[in-house]
Amino acid sequence: MSHPETAKRGMHLAEFGMLMAIIGTLMHHDIVSYTWILAGLAIGSVAGLAMGVWVPMTAMPQRTALSHAFGAFAAALVGISEFYKHGGHLEKITMSALGFEVMLGALTTTGSLLAFAKLQGLVRGTPMTYKGQNVFNMALLAVTVGIFVYLVVVPGSMPLFFTMVGLAFVFGLLLVMPIGSADMPVVMSLLNSYAGLASAATGFVLSNKVLIIAGTLDGFSGFILSVLMCRAMNRSMTNVLFGAFGSAATAAGAGEQHGTMREVGLDDIATQLAYANKVVFVPGYGLATAQAQHAVRELADVLEKRGVTVKYGIHPVAGRMPGHMNVLLAEANVPYSALYELEQINPEFPTTDVAVVIGANDVVNPDARDNPGSPIAGMPILEVDRSKSVVVLKRGQGKGFSGLENPLFFKPVTGMLYGDAKDTLTRLVQAVQHA
Amino acid sequence: MTSETLISALYVFALAAFLGYQVISRVPPLLHTPLMSATNAISGISLVGSIVTAGAHYNTVSTILGFIAVVCSTTNVVGGFVITDRMLKMFRRKDIAKKE
Repeated sequence: MSHPETAKRGMHLAEFGMLMAIIGTLMHHDIVSYTWILAGLAIGSVAGLAMGVWVPMTAMPQRTALSHAFGAFAAALVGISEFYKHGGHLEKITMSALGFEVMLGALTTTGSLLAFAKLQGLVRGTPMTYKGQNVFNMALLAVTVGIFVYLVVVPGSMPLFFTMVGLAFVFGLLLVMPIGSADMPVVMSLLNSYAGLASAATGFVLSNKVLIIAGTLDGFSGFILSVLMCRAMNRSMTNVLFGAFGSAATAAGAGEQHGTMREVGLDDIATQLAYANKVVFVPGYGLATAQAQHAVRELADVLEKRGVTVKYGIHPVAGRMPGHMNVLLAEANVPYSALYELEQINPEFPTTDVAVVIGANDVVNPDARDNPGSPIAGMPILEVDRSKSVVVLKRGQGKGFSGLENPLFFKPVTGMLYGDAKDTLTRLVQAVQHA
Repeated sequence: MTSETLISALYVFALAAFLGYQVISRVPPLLHTPLMSATNAISGISLVGSIVTAGAHYNTVSTILGFIAVVCSTTNVVGGFVITDRMLKMFRRKDIAKKE
């Protein structure tokens, strides 16, 4: 899966392998009744197909969070039923694996559901914190793990087992609660990893090698992604999980920026774009909320027809999950060869005539580079402020998700264009055509 | 589980971890979202565990739990693969993208 072309082939292979594994399992000697299996398979296929076909690309993060919850829940249920079957009398080794499976499964289920609710906007995305939160969470975790260890040593207590499961469910909620929307890419990857590890633990319990392999792959891929995401924000894993970013940032203040934002007219921008040599688009989560990916492509098309070089600079944590922006732009038919990563595009900004920032904020905040006191200091950014002119498309004058002021907006090279990104872009297309 | 099966299981785990690291770290950021939904689908292989639980008549509780688990993991497998496929189809080379 290292290239878009070969990835498709790889996926088909994986699908085939999976089908074989399932058919193989259906032959399992323990199975006596197929009614429930077939019913489950049918319902699941319909639900899965519906989700797969109709979920819009902008809602990708939510869907992924939801499917993490499903996967983890399934693992937890298998674990519980396995425990129930043996009446709690399991060997120490099996019990350890089962404990891991159920705990990880349970906390991932509720954690992912909360992440889903936050992404979907059902729950406010801001971090929720209270005094002594970390202490309380740690205590809860300690109790859960304590029960787990006790169960391994002295097996057989049903009530204790279910207390452990319940606590793990609660812990999942508490774990995600203090994490703000802007940190979702990390959380998503981490939950991905947990869901995978829960599957791997299921494999240990059932002595099923296919499960161990698949689960481990998933677990590691999630883990690697979360490390990459953290690196892209120059923050440690502990900081993301326990830092409750939003609240800390407002406390630090980072020296209020003063100055005026220069608002520019649509026609001015259109002229600038039309006579530029090189334009770089920098999309952020705002692009997804405004569903503006097609409008961006139209603008790029019009510009390319006039001989303008158009590129896209994509920050690793732009959007709400890893690679979110790439998928959105690909949906709008932007060829992937025009999408550039952080390291590739940064040296190009000094020769860029116009950088168009669409609904992105923190990933272009020059404070991360210039102001060591800033809460996001050291985070690699897209250095749009080095280009000759910057246009920022923004809904309003408010601050971004992190609650930080962005000095970019006050720089003399920057022009602000307020309004819905999709609407603004569509009007820009028309204006450029007339220029 | 005997200690022998445990050792072979751990062996598989270590190998898979190593392989996973090698493969995943070569995936470009461009494909991170499809990667995530693909691994999601693949981990839905816990379906095999759920199937055994649902199909073997141990007792009613485990059949019901198994049934729910089968529904959840099938949703994951089918949905995951369909959506990954849909996403990958959207990544086009420049010449192909132009034609459409």
